[in-house]
Amino acid sequence: MKWIGVALLAASFLLPPVFAGDYYINLASQILIAAIFALSLNLLVGFGGMTSLGHASYLGVAAYISALLTSRYGFGHGMAAIVSIAGTTTMAAFFGVIALRATGLGFLMITLALSQVLWGLAYRMSNLTNGDNGIAGLTRPAPFGISLDSPASFYWFALIVASFAFLMMATFVSSAFGSSLKGVRDQPRRMAALGFNPWLVRWITFIYAGFWGGVSGLLYVYYNKYIHPTSLSTTSSAEALLGVIAGGSATLGGPVVGAALVLLLKNYASAYIERWNMLLGLVFLFIVLVMPTGIVPALSRLTMGLRGGSR
Amino acid sequence: MQFWIIQGLNSLSLGGLLFLLSSGFSLIFGLMRVANLTHGAFFMLGTYLGATALRSWDGLNIWVTALGAGIAVAAIGGLFERLVLTRLKTNPLGQVLVTLGMSFIISDACLMLWGGDSIPVPTPQNLQSPTRVLGFVFPTYRLVLVGCAIGAAIVLYFLLERTRLGAMIRAGVDDRQMARAVGIPVSNLFTVVFCLGAGIAGAAGVLGGPILSAYPGLDADMLPLALIVVILGGIGSLLGAFVGSFIIGFIYTFGTALFPELAYIILFLPMIFVIAFRPQGLFGRLSA
Amino acid sequence: MTPRTPDHALEIIDLKKAFGGLVVTQDISLAIRQGERRLIIGPNGAGKTTLFNQISGDLRPNSGQIKLFGTDVTQFAAYKRAHFGLSRTYQIITLFPGDTLEHNVTLGLLGLRPSRWQMWRPLSFYGDLATEARRTLDAVGLLHLAEHPVSDIAYGEKRRVELAMALAQKPRVLLLDEPLAGLSNTERTQVKSLIASIPRETTVLMIEHDMDTALDLAETITLLNYGRVIVDGYRDAVIADERTREVYLGV
Repeated sequence: MKWIGVALLAASFLLPPVFAGDYYINLASQILIAAIFALSLNLLVGFGGMTSLGHASYLGVAAYISALLTSRYGFGHGMAAIVSIAGTTTMAAFFGVIALRATGLGFLMITLALSQVLWGLAYRMSNLTNGDNGIAGLTRPAPFGISLDSPASFYWFALIVASFAFLMMATFVSSAFGSSLKGVRDQPRRMAALGFNPWLVRWITFIYAGFWGGVSGLLYVYYNKYIHPTSLSTTSSAEALLGVIAGGSATLGGPVVGAALVLLLKNYASAYIERWNMLLGLVFLFIVLVMPTGIVPALSRLTMGLRGGSR
Repeated sequence: MQFWIIQGLNSLSLGGLLFLLSSGFSLIFGLMRVANLTHGAFFMLGTYLGATALRSWDGLNIWVTALGAGIAVAAIGGLFERLVLTRLKTNPLGQVLVTLGMSFIISDACLMLWGGDSIPVPTPQNLQSPTRVLGFVFPTYRLVLVGCAIGAAIVLYFLLERTRLGAMIRAGVDDRQMARAVGIPVSNLFTVVFCLGAGIAGAAGVLGGPILSAYPGLDADMLPLALIVVILGGIGSLLGAFVGSFIIGFIYTFGTALFPELAYIILFLPMIFVIAFRPQGLFGRLSA
Repeated sequence: MTPRTPDHALEIIDLKKAFGGLVVTQDISLAIRQGERRLIIGPNGAGKTTLFNQISGDLRPNSGQIKLFGTDVTQFAAYKRAHFGLSRTYQIITLFPGDTLEHNVTLGLLGLRPSRWQMWRPLSFYGDLATEARRTLDAVGLLHLAEHPVSDIAYGEKRRVELAMALAQKPRVLLLDEPLAGLSNTERTQVKSLIASIPRETTVLMIEHDMDTALDLAETITLLNYGRVIVDGYRDAVIADERTREVYLGV
């Protein structure tokens, strides 16, 4: 029963370019990008038990590296992507060593601090990053010569990348390593006694999350053809965190739903209500108070209840 | 020479403001274990309220304004604590998130009510003329701010060390369960402390107005500074907040003056180091 | 004293642990032969669990040495000692409540295997793990509950799962921290017979607070009080020893 629902959902992702207009196709692309970003964050938050408020670091840095290499140093997109992801992943490894010196709130604050440092650098080192103006006039890659400039073609590209990302992260979570991650989240002492190295498990996860965050960053800069320091801001990280928590951090579908929700709210609401941040804050409050485990678990409880739910 | 003295005084006055801001944060975190990410917004709200009041009524006493704004912000904080935070006692992550959400709400509300332009706040008239010391000229108001911080530190010290309320707070910081067990009304204490912290932040906002002006984003500028101060100084330690505030005041002022491009790194590096290598800070007994 | 022979499974030399000014264990020296069944007893606060925590690596001693089969493991992290053949259970149940019994035991099996780093295949791919896990559950009489989440089962059954997890790794040295605590009489008999059936290759060190329940499982006994070894030797000798009576009847 569950699989039919999942299959339908998956199939629905094939619909936008066929049935919808450009605006909606673009929106769908943005949802896919946000979904990858949220899924990567959730590896840390939901499955690793490490709440980070600085995940935008990876999205932003990957985006900036690609932007700079292609627009200023004449790199081709393929090479730029490789350098960008390699750089971002290395940065994640380095940040992980620092951040994992702490847990809980300390970890949160270090991740916040590190991303603020990057944001500050992006803002102030205008010779390099163009500061508050951002870097504009970027191009999208043309894999195998296929142009991604039309909304539909970009959407298919994003869908392929997102599907791959989802598959990889889903496998990761259900793998032996994923089980050890969840175990370390729940009972680190017990896991150590069983022979697992808790620090190493966390660090590898941190790096992997940074990797996929970087991938989402590449898609982000390709889509927007523009990058600005706000993509590195705490608000950006907070929106992703909200998406994860709102959707439900214990599941794989949760972050996707949550990211979509946040994005849709942002897009629709800002057309009618000027105060997006206030709405974001209210939604935060609502979700945390009313459904702390998130929407997806709440929905599944609801459907179980409707079916007269028992296991 | 002039440069160093001016920046030195700016550091001191910033440090004073930071102490007013972070003492509340430290108390709240020490007692309630809640990292109140709304704290910057409370400060900013105070600044905006003060700005409007001082610009609308000529000759309004800044101290009265600060008190009034402090009470208003304390009331908002109290409502928030009672209606939202208490329901999340078992969900520390949730607590952090709602304070973040609340900060978004307040900052957007300020944007809505006061618009996007920076609102300068007039320095109180009786403090406008500069003070002469040893042939140097100092803006009086900044000196007064330092005096304020010292005064507030003394008052808070007395409150914590010499009153029954203070004893209860200290007991709660040390061992919450034990405090409950000996009959201390911990949840009421939480509300009191949260209001106190928010109120001090609001009042500090008014006092900071003449120096900082009221502008959107003030909360995002002040909150990280408060975080750094508390982590550096040690959570739950008033002395730590005091010393930390001035250290950060100096680092930030001289850092932005001398190396504007690296300002954020200079600021956050101490915090990262402290969390990584000495989590209890300079004077604290708890770690983050 | 227990006679010392060359190949000790576990050797502890002058172990000391202090928290600030509070000394919890001191001058502890023990030599445990392979296959031995040693019981560690003592009143509350005698330092028994602190001793265990130092042996397992959860705590670092201030001074002293711990040797496993001749290798100095004092500086080893806890997880490294597991790879050296050390397993333990805890006083408080530390299982994974949301997961099935089978998954809990599977984690126990994974801990020592290189495949625990595998990220590209779902865990269910490893059929042999599942078979082994079920076999282990069967050995402790819990196969019928394999698909149930741990949160659903009884306390005594949880204790047996803990034992199963520790035994699944075929440890060379097994530390049992109050395995019989909080059990009903039937449950106690079940767990005791499980412990009694542990293969001889495994050396067993057991803490029990209540001397009577664990006596028939012990060959040798070490009595701790105030963080020091008071009496140490074969069971009957220790029971008959005057100092044992002193400690338990209280001076």
